[in-house]
Amino acid sequence: MNVRAQVSMVFHLDKCIGCHTCSLACKNLWTDRPGTEYMWWNNVETKPGTGYPTLYEDQEQYRGGWVLEDGKLRLKLGSRPTELVNISFNPRLPTLDDYYEPWTYRYKDLIEAGPGDDQPVAKPISMITGEDMEIEAGPNWDDDLSGSPIYAANDPNLRKVMNDEERRQFFELQQLVYFYLPRICNHCLNPSCVAACPTGAIYKRGEDGIVLVSQEKCQGWRMCVSGCPYKKVYFNWNSGKAEKCILCYPRLETGQAPACMHSCVGKIRYLGVLLYDADRIEETASKPDQELVEAQRDMILDPFNPEIIHRALADGIDRKVVDAAQRSPVYKYVKAWHLALPFHPEWRTLPMLFYVPPLLPVTTTLTAQGHHELESNFFSSLESARMPIRYMASLFSAGDEDMVIAVYKKLLAGRIFKRAQTVGDVPMERAVQALEEARSTEQEVEDIYRLTALASFEEMFVIPPMLREVAIEMGVDPHEFQEERGAGFVQLPARGL
Amino acid sequence: MDGFLFIAFPYVALILAIGVGIYRRRRRPYTYSSLSSQLLENRKLFWGSVPWHYGITLILLAHLLAALFPGLAGRILGGRIRLLVLELTGISLAFYALFGLIVLIIRRLPTTSRVRHATSYMDGILLGFFLIQVATGVSIAIFERWGSLWYLRTAVPWFWSLVKLHPETATVTSLPGIVRVHFVLGFAIILLFPFSRLVHLVMFPIKYLWRPYQVVIWNRRTRKVESTEVMQ
Repeated sequence: MNVRAQVSMVFHLDKCIGCHTCSLACKNLWTDRPGTEYMWWNNVETKPGTGYPTLYEDQEQYRGGWVLEDGKLRLKLGSRPTELVNISFNPRLPTLDDYYEPWTYRYKDLIEAGPGDDQPVAKPISMITGEDMEIEAGPNWDDDLSGSPIYAANDPNLRKVMNDEERRQFFELQQLVYFYLPRICNHCLNPSCVAACPTGAIYKRGEDGIVLVSQEKCQGWRMCVSGCPYKKVYFNWNSGKAEKCILCYPRLETGQAPACMHSCVGKIRYLGVLLYDADRIEETASKPDQELVEAQRDMILDPFNPEIIHRALADGIDRKVVDAAQRSPVYKYVKAWHLALPFHPEWRTLPMLFYVPPLLPVTTTLTAQGHHELESNFFSSLESARMPIRYMASLFSAGDEDMVIAVYKKLLAGRIFKRAQTVGDVPMERAVQALEEARSTEQEVEDIYRLTALASFEEMFVIPPMLREVAIEMGVDPHEFQEERGAGFVQLPARGL
Repeated sequence: MDGFLFIAFPYVALILAIGVGIYRRRRRPYTYSSLSSQLLENRKLFWGSVPWHYGITLILLAHLLAALFPGLAGRILGGRIRLLVLELTGISLAFYALFGLIVLIIRRLPTTSRVRHATSYMDGILLGFFLIQVATGVSIAIFERWGSLWYLRTAVPWFWSLVKLHPETATVTSLPGIVRVHFVLGFAIILLFPFSRLVHLVMFPIKYLWRPYQVVIWNRRTRKVESTEVMQ
């Protein structure tokens, strides 16, 4: 056993209102420089939809992530020699048109237009060429399924689980259903971007598991962009370097929640540290599709077990980090309650961002009589769900519907129980019966309710001490940097010739 | 003049290439990049970049290997058939590279909107030098027959005299003008190497073939690079 700490996240999708505040907080903080205009390290997608960049989930096109060949993990992108052969032209790289051409408006026209018969308008101009452009797509062009059904109808997950007739029915206006999927870098345990980088410029920080691109080592070979199945590594066309979500590590190191999480209006985001067994990474990532989620849960270690604590301390994890792991909201959602699932586990990167699948689009089925709540079977609504369980399963459990149903049963049982408690139109015995069927307890449901609905800032973001001051002292005298230059870039990050 | 072009200039070019190259690598690592523009434009790049890179790499290797092992090269080229085959291969590769280069130049023209915004003056200079260099190379191969043979008796002794710090230019100064232009331009490109995106040439990540897939860096353990998950 080799105990390591990983800063991990849970996004509670039922609470996401799709306001994109997270995206803007991130954009304003990190990607407002030349070359990064098109990047959204944090983006919010409407599901079903084709996402950003378009159809990124279609790995037959983009070849991201890992595949299992004869029990061995291989990059779907190809072997090492193949990658080197393709280095001058990467055939699997999404181009700007697969993202979108970033634009702004020529606001000066509003002030400087001469007298005329018409109101002046601010024309859209490309942020890359500065020339007039027609806006044809954007990073969330299909927000709320607006405008055109083409995006949703081409969702690779939907195509996988529904035939044409089913999809036609799905898009009947009265049937229409969608939810939001906010995405950042998953800071995977088995990151394929790291593995795909020819230079070895991408690395995982040992202490907290944050995946970073060394801007000084990166040579711009672009293989990480293709290697990441989530397309969360981006190529800066101006600097010639790859960039990605850094989980706001400068904020984390000073005890602040990442900008996207801090600004989250719906309070859907949770951050905490998990202890895991690093010796089991390869074994876990090599499991058959159906066992991946369970195996990933298994390698997350119980921070209350004295034996694990002992091992963790022996492996150099600070006592304070173990304490943080015990209070981690992520541990509760992922391991204790089994409510949060990884996104597309079948890509085998062991993503460490987990999602509580949305219950609302599943259960708000309207019948002719109106809202239907409790029939003889509490969970009948799951079978007649508007958003089919198998669609959710193709997103969050590599197709294992039972795993998603177990989550939904617990969420529903909690809702029924709290309704019995607060509204009282459901008899308490029946609510308890629902809890039993969902294999939950009153205490557990109460805890879930508290953390989901009432949690304070400190409960939602349990940031472990990053101990960078200790790290720095090991190598250099911290006073060396005082009044001198700081510990970051020595030169301005200017583009090479 | 010959003394400057064939003795002083090669030395200056080589010293700057190595010196500035090392300085830039160590002190300005952020500026080392292939500066790919594939994100902005994909289709023309395919028809330009692939022929150019494969063509020019193989031709450069042939020049380099022949200069390093002139005796062996002479024996290989000794047979008439072998000479013909190798010369034909070389000239096909040269045309292949030239085709790619022309596509790349068209791609960088100011009329193609996006790529021009990721183009520096140095890129223009490089493309210009490459065009002249490949064009002179092709015409030498066609009009100054069996270049692969006389290269061994003219340019190679000159290279080695430079290496041995005992410059001897007699074998090259009497050659036709176009050949001398090709030689001097070759060193001019070496001179441009540390000041341009050409630095990506020495960064070819051959280590990727054997490095472990996963990279974990510890800060507290004095920045030791660890690769525990050995997945080859």
